Amino acid sequence: MALIEFTNKGLFCPQGKFYIDPWKPVEFAVISHGHSDHARWGSKKYLCHNDTKPILQLRLGENDYHSVGWNEPVFMNGVSISLFPAGHIIGSAQVRVEYKGEVWVFTGDYKTEDDGISTAYEPVKCHKFITESTFGLPIYKWKPQDEIFDEMKNWIGINKANGKSSVFIAYSLGKAQRILKPLAETGLPIFAHGAVYNVHTTLQAAGWALPEVKRITPETTKEELKECIIIAPSSAEGSPWMKRFSPYATGICSGWMQVRGNVRRKNADAGFALSDHCDWEGLITAVKATGAEKVYATHGFQSSFSRYLNEIGIEAGEVKTEYGNEEQTEYENMNRDVVNGELSSVNSEI
Amino acid sequence: MKRFAELIMKLATTTKTTAKLEAIRAYFSEANSEDKIWVIALFTGRRPKRSINSALLRNSCMEAANIDPWLFEECYHTVGDLAETISLLIPESNIDTKDIVEYSLSHYMNLLRNIGKEEDEVKALFVIDAWKQMNRSEIFVFNKLMTGGFRIGVSQKLMVNAIAKTTDISPSIIAHRIMGDWNPATISFDELMSTEHSAADDSKPYPFYLAYAIENEVSELGNENEWQAEWKWDGIRGQIIKRNDELFVWSRGEELMTDKFPEYKILQELLPNGTAIDGEIISLAAPPDEGNFAPLPFSALQTRIGRKNITGKQLKEAPVGFIAYDLVEESGEDIRTVSMEERRKKLEKIINKINTPFLHLSPVIAFEKWDELIEIRKQSRDKGSEGIMLKRKNSEYKDGRKRGDWWKWKIDPLTIDAVMIYAQKGSGRRSNLYTDYTFAVRDGDKLVTFAKAYSGLTDKEFAQVDNFVKRNSIEKFGPVRTVKPELVFELAFEGIAESKRHKSGVALRFPRMSRWRKDKKVEDINTLDDLKTMLKVFKEQYSSSIQNDDI
Repeated sequence: MALIEFTNKGLFCPQGKFYIDPWKPVEFAVISHGHSDHARWGSKKYLCHNDTKPILQLRLGENDYHSVGWNEPVFMNGVSISLFPAGHIIGSAQVRVEYKGEVWVFTGDYKTEDDGISTAYEPVKCHKFITESTFGLPIYKWKPQDEIFDEMKNWIGINKANGKSSVFIAYSLGKAQRILKPLAETGLPIFAHGAVYNVHTTLQAAGWALPEVKRITPETTKEELKECIIIAPSSAEGSPWMKRFSPYATGICSGWMQVRGNVRRKNADAGFALSDHCDWEGLITAVKATGAEKVYATHGFQSSFSRYLNEIGIEAGEVKTEYGNEEQTEYENMNRDVVNGELSSVNSEI
Repeated sequence: MKRFAELIMKLATTTKTTAKLEAIRAYFSEANSEDKIWVIALFTGRRPKRSINSALLRNSCMEAANIDPWLFEECYHTVGDLAETISLLIPESNIDTKDIVEYSLSHYMNLLRNIGKEEDEVKALFVIDAWKQMNRSEIFVFNKLMTGGFRIGVSQKLMVNAIAKTTDISPSIIAHRIMGDWNPATISFDELMSTEHSAADDSKPYPFYLAYAIENEVSELGNENEWQAEWKWDGIRGQIIKRNDELFVWSRGEELMTDKFPEYKILQELLPNGTAIDGEIISLAAPPDEGNFAPLPFSALQTRIGRKNITGKQLKEAPVGFIAYDLVEESGEDIRTVSMEERRKKLEKIINKINTPFLHLSPVIAFEKWDELIEIRKQSRDKGSEGIMLKRKNSEYKDGRKRGDWWKWKIDPLTIDAVMIYAQKGSGRRSNLYTDYTFAVRDGDKLVTFAKAYSGLTDKEFAQVDNFVKRNSIEKFGPVRTVKPELVFELAFEGIAESKRHKSGVALRFPRMSRWRKDKKVEDINTLDDLKTMLKVFKEQYSSSIQNDDI
């Protein structure tokens, strides 16, 4: 019996009888972070980091949550579960599972670069390492975030000079908070889509110091929105909701923007390859730092990444999970909203 | 090179014409003469012959980035573009920002022009060294210059307008001057823009006047008497020019095709000097004679283009004729501002003097009322045409695509319902998305593939199909996935012809997805027999010869 099995409901620990980030309702779910492809509705009990709890409350409503700090083990039938920072978004954790001296780590989503707002990623020694590989190809190599922030600020300047507002498309949880500080440095007013605003106030209430943003409501006047900055999730992109910002330019903040085709396909005016996932080098560094004897890659380019690891002498396999990227989930939400005819009134993702 | 790369990036990141125009204008107001001429050459498809093949670029990149071929291929399939893949893989440490030497666009272009003769080792060294001098976008643009397929989304019209803003020459004169046979390595910007050069180039064609598709009811064009109707032929738009006893044949894509069509050779004797005829290069059913002609489907013409040597068999099976639409130069005189009615008379006079089975006047369709023309248009397919062209009788011959005086009025396409069974990732704008599909019709309880299509859906629909493909793949063969046969699409196409290359035995012209038939299941799609019936009907229509005097 392996300590962690890959089942059709998600990662399962038979000894401890718990799941990690299950995609179907279960008895006991350990949640790595608050994104909707990892934190799903319907389980009886949830275990997560203290910083993730308010996010789950916002997104999944009231449930039986148990939250812990970094490296505070919880025991389930002799199995120790502890959380370590993943650096992906606020509260995001790697899940360390130990039983009789054998250690497994599941990364959830993570990045090795310290973004200054999520608790910085920490390598954890283990025997078996289950890593995401969203950007597991060598074409993905991120620039340092300050460089990208400078590009974003320049772009805002150009838009302003042309009398335009700057609309940033960013995940409402994570990316939206990460770009706030540099955006605030421009001194321009920042407005947020309802979905972004909800996360924003939730995090503020939980004690996070974030620059001020204003919520866009039907009462927000055109005058207020002139030459300003707007943060909106991808579900708002190209929707009638955006019309009120005209004239504006759209910039998408996502690792996928590394490839020009994606920028063009999105019809965006600018793409900023700012990602909350590891780039190729980040993944390799992380894998090596764990000292793991076996690596499982999941999501994204898992087959290329695992093949590469095998070639450099690290035993690796690929695992199929149902974690999509957050973008995909937001996209599906958008479709659902279109079906319900509610797109113009979207102010929350779930 | 840096400034050129910036220009390309700017053009690529905006979809707005005004912004593109401004970017090119700004470039032209600063750039030196050699760079300007190269930009015009590159933007009008006058790229030097490909001197470095993609295998060499791949190998050089794998060497510089220290990665294996399989990993390179994975990257390439994800990016969908070789030039960009390389630009993302060349390690940053190689881009030495301290000691870079700024070379100009023309510097690199002149090197590229001559490197073809060198050994592969020399080429590889040149490429790797050049990459070291460049930032990421420069590498991308430089690679694009070497690999070809450089689509920058700049129409000739846009570039011409931008140049016009930096000179005191009018756009239509510039459009004319940059056409024809000139070499960016030997001509300067000022020379190209001068009248002397234009006069000296005997081959120089005129910019083609192109029509928009008609948008409203045809009756809204007003009085029938003001309009001339002709069939719209499905070949290659071209210009035949004779000056100083020399004959030149240009395609609309500004390719000099004189040698491809020996049938036209006789015109060198028959046409008067100083003549430029606009018309359609088209394949005619053999043997054509002077009075009659019947066009063959475009697939017949395809057997002729793209070949260096034409065999006697091809000349016999797919003879190529020219259907004359218009006369733009008469006795060495540019007559584009003369009314079309007058030009037509002059054209008729020239053609009627010549008896050759390879040159025909485009027949004028007689009609009195729009309703009548609507009826006549229904016979388009029987005539082997794609529909009708409407031209205002008093119109000038304009340059480029202009609204108002010339309209194309195409017939509705043929359609068939088919199921998608293979999917492949697209390239460029659609890289990393499954957007290129192969379709099948039913043959008993089997599915037979017969067409590929990759256009016609909205971005959102593509995203949905992509999602379906990723979740319903059966097998993976390299970049191709076999997919559960479930999604049904209506394919529209312009023609159907026999094909020995395809399992189904048919080849379609311009297939594209016209509708996603979510209401249909795989049991409801068309059959191979349906396709064969279509082929039969279509063939019969084409073989019914068209007589000049019956219209």
